Formats: sequence, C-alpha cells, structure tokens
Amino acid sequence: MQNDSLFKTLPRVANGTVRVFIDGMPYQVPRGLNVAAALLANGPLACRTTVVSGAERAPFCMMGVCFDCLVEIDGVPNRQGCMTPVQDGMRVRRMQGARSIA
Amino acid sequence: MTVKHLDLLVIGAGPAGIAAGLEAQRHGLDTLVLDENAYPGGQIYRSVSHSPLADPSVLGADYLRGRALVDDFERSGVAYWPQTLAWQISQDKRVSVTRQDAGGGTLQIAARAIVLAGGAQERPFPVPGWTLPGVMGVGAAQTLLKASAMVPQAPMVLAGCGPLLYLFAWQLIQAGVGIRAILDTAERGSYRAALGHMGGALRSPSYLAKGWQLLRAIRRAGVAHIKHVEALRILGEQQAEAIEYTVAGQVNRIETSLVLLHQGVIPNTQITRSIGCDHVWDDAQLCWRPRLDSWGETSVPDIFVAGDGGGIAGALAAEPSGRLAALQAAHRIGKLDAATRDSTASPLRTELARHNAIRPFLDTLYRPADGFRRPADDDTIVCRCEEVTAGEIRAMAKLGCVGPNQTKSFSRCGMGPCQGRFCGATVAELLADIQGKPVPEVGYYRIRPPIKPVTLGELAVAVPSPDGSVLPRAEFPK
Repeated sequence: MQNDSLFKTLPRVANGTVRVFIDGMPYQVPRGLNVAAALLANGPLACRTTVVSGAERAPFCMMGVCFDCLVEIDGVPNRQGCMTPVQDGMRVRRMQGARSIA
Repeated sequence: MTVKHLDLLVIGAGPAGIAAGLEAQRHGLDTLVLDENAYPGGQIYRSVSHSPLADPSVLGADYLRGRALVDDFERSGVAYWPQTLAWQISQDKRVSVTRQDAGGGTLQIAARAIVLAGGAQERPFPVPGWTLPGVMGVGAAQTLLKASAMVPQAPMVLAGCGPLLYLFAWQLIQAGVGIRAILDTAERGSYRAALGHMGGALRSPSYLAKGWQLLRAIRRAGVAHIKHVEALRILGEQQAEAIEYTVAGQVNRIETSLVLLHQGVIPNTQITRSIGCDHVWDDAQLCWRPRLDSWGETSVPDIFVAGDGGGIAGALAAEPSGRLAALQAAHRIGKLDAATRDSTASPLRTELARHNAIRPFLDTLYRPADGFRRPADDDTIVCRCEEVTAGEIRAMAKLGCVGPNQTKSFSRCGMGPCQGRFCGATVAELLADIQGKPVPEVGYYRIRPPIKPVTLGELAVAVPSPDGSVLPRAEFPK
C-alpha cells in the first residue's frame, strides 16, 4: 500500500519506528510522526467518510484547524489525527459516515 | 478540580508566545507557556529544535533562525507544557486545560494575566472540489515537511498566491521535488496597486529581496508559473484527478492527484471569540481580528493577544509583539514600573513598525480575489464539515437571514467539528455581499467553549500539576 501514497519520506534523522495498526493492519511508522501523517504515508488516502453525504475525506490542514482528519484512536472516535503523535501499539481506525445509535 | 495559580499564562509556543514567556521571566513573573503541539516553535518554526530531516537546510535560513529562539526558550527554565489544550477561558482568567500526553487529564489555571499567542490558520479557499482527498493546504504540506520529513511523491500543482506558496515552492525545489505547475491567482492589477505601497515596503527591503529571490529561483528551476488564473475547479470522483483553471476566459486542465491550495493566512480567532473579546473586520487583510491596544491588550482587561492571532504580521513581528504584551502584563501585576516598561518597549515598537511596514504592500499584492473568497459557483462547498454550499448560503440570505448565527440555525453551517474555523469568513463575506452590507454588520459565529472536543473521561481525571508545585485543591462537596 506504501506505493499508493501521495507522499514519500526524505532522509530522516534515525529515531526508530513504532508499530501502529491502521484498520487492523500493522505498519512500522517513524517515531515522532502524528497519526494523520502516518495515514498519508501508508495510504489509503481517505481517513473517513463524512457524516452528511458519505464523501471521502483526507487530512487537509495538518495543524488542528479543519477536523477533516478525525479518526478513531485506541477506541476513542473523533480524535484529531494531526494532533496526536503515534505510539507503539496504537490502534487507528478510519471512520465511516455518521455513528449509528442502535 | 486542581487549580494552579500563576502570574502569567501564555497560550501558544510560537515566536510570539516564546518571546512573551522569556520577557515575563526577565521581570520575575511566575509564568507558564502551554501549547497543543509536542515541541515549541509554532507553525512557522515547527519542530525546528527536533527536526526529523537529516538535512533541515532545505527549509531555508528563515526557518533555521528559529532554532536560536527555541533553544533559548528550552534552556530558559520557563515552565512549558506541550500537548496541552486550553479549551475554556473565562473573562476572569480561569483557564480549563487538558493535557493530552500519557496520564492526561484536566485542571484549571487561575492567571493574573493571559497572553494568547494562537497564531494563524490558512485562509479558506472555497473552490469546487476543495474537499476531495488529494487537495490540501500549502501550509499542510509544509507542515508535513517540517514535522514529518514528508514531501509529495510526484510533481503536484500549487494553486493560489501569497508569500508562503512561493516559499514552499522554493523548499520543494531545494528538496528535489518536482512541481507540475504554479497556478497563480494574484489579480492582474494587483502589482500596479501594490506599487502604491512601495514606500512602506522600502522601509523593510529584506522582505522585497527575499521575495524576489524566491520568484527568481522558481523561474530558474523551470517551473511552469501560470499567472492571472481567474477560476479553479478540482475534478475527481473519490479523490483529486485533475485541476481545471481559467486564464483570460480560456479553460485549461492539468491531470494531477495532488493539489495544494493557498491564499494567505488569517488570525485564528476561536479563542478570543470564545472569551467574548471585541473583534474588528480588517478591510486590508480581509479577515477578523481582535481589537487590541498598543500593548496587544484585548477589550477584556489583562487578556492580551500577541503575534499573528492579532493580525497577520509574520514571525519577526511576533517576537516584539509578544514582548510588549509581557511588559504590560508585568506592569499590571506590579513587577515593572511604568518608566522601565516604556523604555524597554520603545525599541520594540520601532522593530514592530519596521516589520509592519511591508504589510500594505504584501496585502495588496496578494489580495485574494473576490471570486476565490465568495465562490460564484453555487455548488461549491463553503462549510466543509456540514457540506453547506455557496448556493444554500445565498438562498438563506435571500430569505432574510441576517448573519452567520442564523444561517447556522437554518442549515448547521458552521456547526460541525471545526466549529466554523474554515467557513466563518466565507459565510460572513457572502452574506454581506448579497445583502449589500459591510461585513462587520453581518458579524460572526458566537463561539462557545469547549473550543475543542474534550471527552468525559478527560474531564473526570483531574491531574496534579506536573511540575510538582503544591496546589490548593478543592474537596468534593459532601
């Protein structure tokens, strides 16, 4: 899936990686990345579908303003991916449409 | 709830907040700087002291100079809490904060003065298709480079105008990343109009020289720089596939899976709005900003704004503005006499004036065109969260909706997760345009705390102050 990404990584300062699960799939992600960057680096591009029309969305502002990168992190929905650093063992789920009440 | 008492609370650790914290420390104020991000520097100096890049020089000298400021701050011993969110601030300067790091939780801070240094956000750029995956802000892509060492995989399209767009193009060239095209939306007459402000610009010639160097480097790199773009439309089913642009009435098309948009930055007023500070509409910068006195004090006593959150002036102006706010706060708290305050302030005001002198030139040269602030195409989404279109806003205006709070009630426009941050300016301008009124008469959303989501779990966990200070703690009532 790596090859589908719109982004690539420049040479980095060695800082190790952490294992992050995206929709259950494990990925080795550079330590220090935030969740939205980890999603953009590993694809698929869209991190959720909207609650209104079900349209796909991806991170847009990367600085905590637009809330397009909302994802479920360790069981808590609607977290701002771009404001949350990855941690070893973190479980990230993309969110689909509106939450069902039933 | 744990309550921490302080002289000065600074919210935001960009250049304005850092400068305010350092100045406050010089005058003996018990100061805390908190910030949502993991490292100090704000957006402009994002990750500068912990760059993930093996070669951060691709970002340029203006970025690297921030290293000295951040290093000074990290060595200063000024109390600093990263990954901390201030989500409610009352006019009596009680601040509810939640720490997001391990063992996170909530406490209150009671400060004698507050400096808000929340900075700016990218201006909304409502064009058809701007919500598609594969469309991002130029600032977003630059943040990926600074904080995550990530750059676009394939040549992309940059669309819009403004200093940040050309700077990022230059940074991509340094990093060896191809640029498919720059679609420049600066208007045909803007250069001539900006020349009228050349006198001010010449007071700070280094800005002009830098701009000229960036544009020359872009030209030398052979990047297609298409000027006077009048309309943009991003096409694609589930993600961006192409961008259409119009020049002199001719529609052209470029296939691309990544479009980066930018038409300047505007103050992030969410905090000052939520406190109830007075705001004014800035006709030159086409944005709202809090009404401030010459120290940066808002209409609410002892609450100050420093840096771009008070009006766009850039990183170099942010430092003196942060120091001025801290000086006045120190005076109010009784730690600095008026004579020392004023003599310290005098060179800061000179410095600030020099940096502000370039603004009329830049504001005119890169004034976002009317059609890119008030989308003509009725199908264009204005409110990204609730997917409300320009046509729906126009229809509500014709029904007699007098302001953004009414269109919000009618349509949920501005009621989604971003709480209007990415539609408020557009909605106000659309309503004003249709009703033939000035923007200030139309107004803005009423912003209420919490200004960012807080979970019940976070609220339920009151934390002791992590710096180990002894805190007065209220008992739960029996």
